[in-house]
Amino acid sequence: MEANRLFSILIGGTIGPVVILVTAIIMIWYAGAVYLNSSFLIDRYEKNNIEWTFSQLASDSWSMERPVLPSPHQIAKELKKTIWDKKITSPRSLVFHSRVTLSSAMVGFVMGTFLGIVLSVGIVYVPALDRTLMPWIITSQTIPILAIAPMIVVVLGSMGIIGLVPKAMISTYLCFFPVVVGMVKGLRSPSILLVDLMNSYSASKVEVFWKLRLPASLPYLFASLKVAIALSVVGAIVAELPAGAQGGLGARLLSGSYYGQTSLIWAALITASVISATLVTIVGRMERAVNNRMGLQI
Amino acid sequence: MNESSSINSKEPAIIDINNLCLTFETQTEPVHALSDINLQVNSGDFVSLIGPSGCGKTTLLRVIADLEKPTSGSISVEGKTPNQARLDRAYGYVFQTPALLPWRNIEANIHLPLEMSGYSKDEQKSLSNQYLSLVGLSGFEKKYPWQLSGGMQQRVSIARALSFDPDMLLMDEPFGALDEITRDRLNEELLRLWEQTKKTVVFVTHSIPEAVFLSSKIVVMSARPGKIINVIETNFPKDRNLDIRESKEFLKVSQLVREGLKEGHSDGS
Repeated sequence: MEANRLFSILIGGTIGPVVILVTAIIMIWYAGAVYLNSSFLIDRYEKNNIEWTFSQLASDSWSMERPVLPSPHQIAKELKKTIWDKKITSPRSLVFHSRVTLSSAMVGFVMGTFLGIVLSVGIVYVPALDRTLMPWIITSQTIPILAIAPMIVVVLGSMGIIGLVPKAMISTYLCFFPVVVGMVKGLRSPSILLVDLMNSYSASKVEVFWKLRLPASLPYLFASLKVAIALSVVGAIVAELPAGAQGGLGARLLSGSYYGQTSLIWAALITASVISATLVTIVGRMERAVNNRMGLQI
Repeated sequence: MNESSSINSKEPAIIDINNLCLTFETQTEPVHALSDINLQVNSGDFVSLIGPSGCGKTTLLRVIADLEKPTSGSISVEGKTPNQARLDRAYGYVFQTPALLPWRNIEANIHLPLEMSGYSKDEQKSLSNQYLSLVGLSGFEKKYPWQLSGGMQQRVSIARALSFDPDMLLMDEPFGALDEITRDRLNEELLRLWEQTKKTVVFVTHSIPEAVFLSSKIVVMSARPGKIINVIETNFPKDRNLDIRESKEFLKVSQLVREGLKEGHSDGS
């Protein structure tokens, strides 16, 4: 009876399973930290002829200066140090770097969404664009972003365009694609029946677009936006890696790897994923609000 | 009957179809969907197109609605080309399925054609109220399509087709997907609507009782190539109800339609 109740508290609801999963991940993480950091530590013990026990190995591997895999509490300490303790204007503050990355990601997301919608409308309404544009759009995404990002940053830099714009353009480059694909499908989603219905009212092309195609495409748009907004953060970070960007989570990752500061890298990674998750959640909320307004069931 | 038909016969036909053919070019061989169709529909008629699947009855309705173009022959709708008639919003079309926009509530769905015809917001509101009450759906204005049954949705679709007061109502098996009880009730309602609104109705069906009960004129068609086998005029009182289906006259007309269908079938095979 007691065990049963405990079980239902753990498994039922939403908090129980999440807590269990997070605990499991943290435990695996600690174990992994011991495993990955042990060879270095054991080498050191043997060189200095130190007798070692497993408990000492564990505690040492969880408190190394430059671990291969930092332990969760080291990352937490790093996060606290760089988010909480530093002034947010300081270049050592993750808040400062997050703001840099977030602003270029957001500009890129807005531009990418706009570009994607414009292209999709062109593709749906102009048959010539449908045949000529789509192969290029797909080709554009087969080029590794890591290869093209430095070139864009360097080329634009030589033209005197530096700072936010080149980074935002790489986010745009990643963002527009899911929007194009989703919106082309969405704008074409109304059935022939509904198109016939609009024709029977002798609706103009503009009316068919605003009253039928656009509202029908909104669910597709939101699915695309969720992918695009996560990609926009990736794009901004990738754009910060080359050419020694001064700020941003990407620059933070780079300096972390220069100095072997793995906890710094992990702190930046976790911050980036928290930002992405938050953004995707915001898009999800917007989607639900729009669906409610349109009377659609989720 | 005599009274109404004598008035109608003096007016020119609202739909006039002469020697009309329609051939669909497919990859294998051309499909003769309609062959040598001649049909006159007078103002105020209730004309049913009946025939087996693939006889082109829906295609014929779509030609009248300018949703398909004929290959040859002539057709005029209200004395104009079908294209001009469509641009003038001469007809309301009711499809096999309700074809409501899922993101618009019932009221907004009825506003759809009204918005495009340039009615003011107030007019839209009063027209949607008026036609929703005509089909017995007052109080459902703010509901969404998924909250309504199939029969109710189809009634909304009829209200929508009537809302902008077109001269004609083109209906493509509107009750085909409904159960028989709902279909019977809607048949009676449609008859009442026809009488009240004095619209010209062209109605596609493959149900003999439905065609006979509703129509003032039954056009029997056969398949491959789709052509008209027989045109049967009926003579039932306008305020009839479903009881009439038991009458001798009703059974006689039904028999006539059935024979026409059989003839067309043996012809085709």
